Amino acid sequence: MSELSPGATLAPEFSPPDDTKAKQRKAFLGRAGVVAVVLVVAIVVALLQSGSGLVVWQSVVTGILTGGLYGLIAMGLTLIFGVLDIVNFAHGALLAVAMFISFGMVAGTGMHPYLTLIVAVPALFLIGAAVHRGLLSGSAGKTLENQLLITLGLSLLLENLLLMFFGAEPRSIALPGDFQFSLLGAIVAGSRLYAFLGAILLGAVLFWLLRRTRLGTAIRAVAAHGPGAELVGINVKRIHTVTFAIGTACAGAAAALAGPLVTVTPTLGEQFNITAFVVVVLGGMGNVVGALVGGLLIGLVEQLTTIYLGGQSSLLGVFVVFVLVLFLRPQGLFGRRA
Amino acid sequence: MSTITIAAPASKEKVKAPPLRPQNRQYAILALLVLIAIPLPLILPAAQGAVAVRILIFLLMAVGWNIMSGFGGMFSFGHAAYFGLGAYTSAYLLVKQNVSPWIGMLAGMAVAAAVAVLIGYFSFRYKLQGAYFALATFAFAEMLRLIVTSSAFANKSVGFSVPLIQGSSLWKIQFPADSPAYFWVALVLAGAAVAVSIGFLHSRAGRYVTAIRDDELAASSLGAPVMRHKLMTVALSAAITAVAGAFYTQYYLFVNPDLGFGSAISIQAIVPVVIGGIGTIWGPVVGAIIVGSLTDVTATLLRTPPGFLGFLQGRSGLDVVLYAVLLILIVRLLPKGIVGTLVTRWRR
Repeated sequence: MSELSPGATLAPEFSPPDDTKAKQRKAFLGRAGVVAVVLVVAIVVALLQSGSGLVVWQSVVTGILTGGLYGLIAMGLTLIFGVLDIVNFAHGALLAVAMFISFGMVAGTGMHPYLTLIVAVPALFLIGAAVHRGLLSGSAGKTLENQLLITLGLSLLLENLLLMFFGAEPRSIALPGDFQFSLLGAIVAGSRLYAFLGAILLGAVLFWLLRRTRLGTAIRAVAAHGPGAELVGINVKRIHTVTFAIGTACAGAAAALAGPLVTVTPTLGEQFNITAFVVVVLGGMGNVVGALVGGLLIGLVEQLTTIYLGGQSSLLGVFVVFVLVLFLRPQGLFGRRA
Repeated sequence: MSTITIAAPASKEKVKAPPLRPQNRQYAILALLVLIAIPLPLILPAAQGAVAVRILIFLLMAVGWNIMSGFGGMFSFGHAAYFGLGAYTSAYLLVKQNVSPWIGMLAGMAVAAAVAVLIGYFSFRYKLQGAYFALATFAFAEMLRLIVTSSAFANKSVGFSVPLIQGSSLWKIQFPADSPAYFWVALVLAGAAVAVSIGFLHSRAGRYVTAIRDDELAASSLGAPVMRHKLMTVALSAAITAVAGAFYTQYYLFVNPDLGFGSAISIQAIVPVVIGGIGTIWGPVVGAIIVGSLTDVTATLLRTPPGFLGFLQGRSGLDVVLYAVLLILIVRLLPKGIVGTLVTRWRR
């Protein structure tokens, strides 16, 4: 703030309405171009580093497929972040809860892992609604730290309850009839492809929900201007609860789709939580499509970092991207300046 | 005779001492607390003695976090970075260069402060605030963890073990396992940290920083040098947290990337302050005592659970569950923490 002259922050940001749209489109295309150029350079460097086209191709394919999964997890988070302005640190822990629900049903009844969607999604919707009503709605309008601490506490609580009841031993969810196929030389697991397609489908559903339904219009109205939405008769508190519940339901869907791809442990949410936050910031908070694209980018970054630095540091590249985006474009690659 | 009648009211006035200035009152309370604490390790059984040392480590971390996030209003979610830098600098100097941990501690403070200033400079330069600032600090701590995990220089994921020596030596901060000396060293460090935080809050820089926290625009328009004072606060906070890290390594004789830089460490720095009261002098003290004792209570509960809790025997996670519940309850019911709420009631 010290660098800013006081007037600069107080003056409303104003630009003539006529060419705003064209300007925004141009700026957007410019940024997309920069991202594409950076990606191409990164891939070329990876080619030089590894000396094998197949390795890089495999990484790109794996990166994009895994990225779909990250986008899926981040979609719920970005809704909550964008509409309620809550940094939901419990998103990963809720994902872990959903994983255990899914695992429990597969292990208990032998049902197909993807069928657990029918239970995991509504269950997480209800949990989300309860969490928001019980823990978070009272702190609406309070400081950001307040909500961050509550969700942090909730995440510690959920993770350690899982730890107490299920123990730390890793479990896995087997997908019956999983297969592998070769995509121009890169090996792709069926479960990974399904998760990717599921992510795109869910993204489309959410997009439709937000753009084409009354509920979605109300959610967007509340996100844009809460008091204004209240004035035209929208029940803001209820919209908040529903949005939070939809966000956690996305975690439920992500859990059922990703179950066969990961080792299920009580703390598995942690790593996804971090990645999901990076994706949310990258895509612009509240931007569902941005989350999907951001997820793909982060999946690629992770895989390419592995080529550059070796297996242990795949997250390092993710954090470097994260910090750069936070510093240079905190509103996200595709978001507009608030 | 007349001289006596004149002297009498004068002496009366002398008896009525002016009220202590707030910082002197706080220093007096601190001195009293330290005096009470000195004989503790001689009275307590060995297991409780270890709890007392742990409380003091929590206290150091809490005081460090509170300076930056409480007084300064910059919510850090990455204090593990400074804890880890303190732990690793002193461990590296001790193991590889055979330097005394006291000097290692000072070096760790310097390194942590330098890194904090660097991170802080860029964060403030790009005006990160609120959740974005918290996420950035978190990212930096995680980056340090990943760098340490993959660099041979820091023994990768193995970490450092403090080389054991014969007998005890204050210069090497190494004593027999049950020795009260660990407690006294930690007490001196923690006492000094609280004293520094009292001094800082009442200093010119402290006044500036709390003013900047409350209204940055107003403070800067009145001529407060915002960037410089924010960076000073961040450096001081990091240095104190580094002391906790260096002492931790010395006490547990071991540090690795997760123990030094893991996100659990950042949480351990935050929780006591939130429970005690963010932005108060005594909040971190009260919070550290509560959280520290709580971990002991749950450990005993797990070792010898009462019948209805029998299923918990040998399970991990209960301690964190309890302090997570405590954290949520405090944030919901007493958003100012225990000390903050008491102070508000008192003033009313």
